[in-house]
Amino acid sequence: MTFETPHISVQNLNLYYGANHALKNINIDIPNKKVTSFIGPSGCGKTTLLKTFNRLHDSSLEVRVEGKVLLDGENIYDKNAEVTSIRKKMGLLSQRPFPLPMSIYDNIAYGPRIHGERDRHKLDEIVERHLKDVALWPEVKDRLKSPASRLSIGQQQRLCLARGLAVNPEIILGDEPTSALDPKSTQKIEELFIELKEKYTIVLVTHILRQARRVSDYVAYIYNGEIIEFAPTEELLLNPKQKLTQEYVKGFVS
Amino acid sequence: MVFATVIIVGSFFLIVGTIVSKGFPALSWEMLSEIPSGDFYMGGEGGILNSILGSLYIAAGSSLLALIISVPIVIYINMYLKKSSWMGNLTRLGYDVLFGMPSIVYGAFGFTLMIYLGMRASLLGGIVTVTLLIIPIMVRTMDEVIRTVPKELFDASYSLGATRLETSRVVLKQVAPGILTAVLLAFGRGIGDVASVMFTAGFSNDIPKSLEDPASTLPLAVFNQLSSPVEEVQSRAYAAALVLTIIVLLISISARVLSKRLSKNKI
Repeated sequence: MTFETPHISVQNLNLYYGANHALKNINIDIPNKKVTSFIGPSGCGKTTLLKTFNRLHDSSLEVRVEGKVLLDGENIYDKNAEVTSIRKKMGLLSQRPFPLPMSIYDNIAYGPRIHGERDRHKLDEIVERHLKDVALWPEVKDRLKSPASRLSIGQQQRLCLARGLAVNPEIILGDEPTSALDPKSTQKIEELFIELKEKYTIVLVTHILRQARRVSDYVAYIYNGEIIEFAPTEELLLNPKQKLTQEYVKGFVS
Repeated sequence: MVFATVIIVGSFFLIVGTIVSKGFPALSWEMLSEIPSGDFYMGGEGGILNSILGSLYIAAGSSLLALIISVPIVIYINMYLKKSSWMGNLTRLGYDVLFGMPSIVYGAFGFTLMIYLGMRASLLGGIVTVTLLIIPIMVRTMDEVIRTVPKELFDASYSLGATRLETSRVVLKQVAPGILTAVLLAFGRGIGDVASVMFTAGFSNDIPKSLEDPASTLPLAVFNQLSSPVEEVQSRAYAAALVLTIIVLLISISARVLSKRLSKNKI
């Protein structure tokens, strides 16, 4: 499947963990301002693929990446590519929320600060706006200076989302962002994703097929390091063409 | 389990008990506030202020110096080298070996170095030698603490577009209590060590006034007094040991209080 102006375009991507060939000749276009989900069994490489988008494998000695990942047409694995500015364009939500060891306020202000924003009023405004974006403002507005670690885990995950949004990314990467959350918090995060896709391209790794159906426009099924099938959500989940996909989504009828 | 507890707690109280029971009667204001007179070690007048200050100067100076050197080393091997790189592992192995090295070796090394540089036994010599002695303790302790930081915390900072230096600062915030522990361990080792300062800091009955003056230390004062034939001087040795114990205890307690405050934001 191809798109006219894909936001991320992966071309002939191979990734090795030492001798293990973890991603095999991946080619996929991530559409602009849509939610794309990667589904597949544990260990199939979906998180690995997600992390190649913001070069989070850079610090691992064993990982070798070949091929191209084009972000707005520019290869992020190019020798001259500046990794911090690439990462700035993508907010990451991990499986468990990891607030930075600082106050709620500082967590949000951290990103803008490292990118040079010093003005207090502007920072105040950024913090308020993004906490409102994730519907956390009413819950924390009176204790912005208290440690982020005191929030509930669902609140922490929304804080992490707000923290990511505060650096004005274009893309949100979610690595099973609801797997540690209770159903209510999960629902809130999902609602946020649907809201946010107006402004952002969202890539989501999930093992919950219902979640993929609820929030995503496109779904890619990954198995054993390969993309087996990539199609609009309903089509892939209800009428998969590939045999492997059929087997995986078999139990999923709703 | 009970047996082990009894042995550990028992021996602790036995040591402290001995020091207190023998040292407390000999402890006096004079002991703490005066420098030794000429025949102090034969039972004469005076106190151990020179040794108290000498020890504090050396331990504090070397802890500070070692901290300034250790933090960048630890940051480098954890943040700038790739995970399980041979250089990082070699560094760790090296510090493990240095960790186990007897302090007399550092003393001899420091002494040789000072002769080579034409320095006399001095406070500076003692500080530098003790710094070398405690760097391995600091580096290895901090290294272990930083390695317990979840990878996701690094990723969280990196994915906001932070550089490694900026991420280091976040990581240091997270491990601040651990760093304090490392400094405390190193300080304790530094203040209690004799062999490394015996040749390098020298010995003096006066309070060191500059980095070039020789300085006495508490452990050395204990040693010198304990080897005196006069009984009164021997009990003063216990008083000096008591002072040393109290200093270490006070540092421990304040470190704990500070550590609580520092872990406020820890995730």
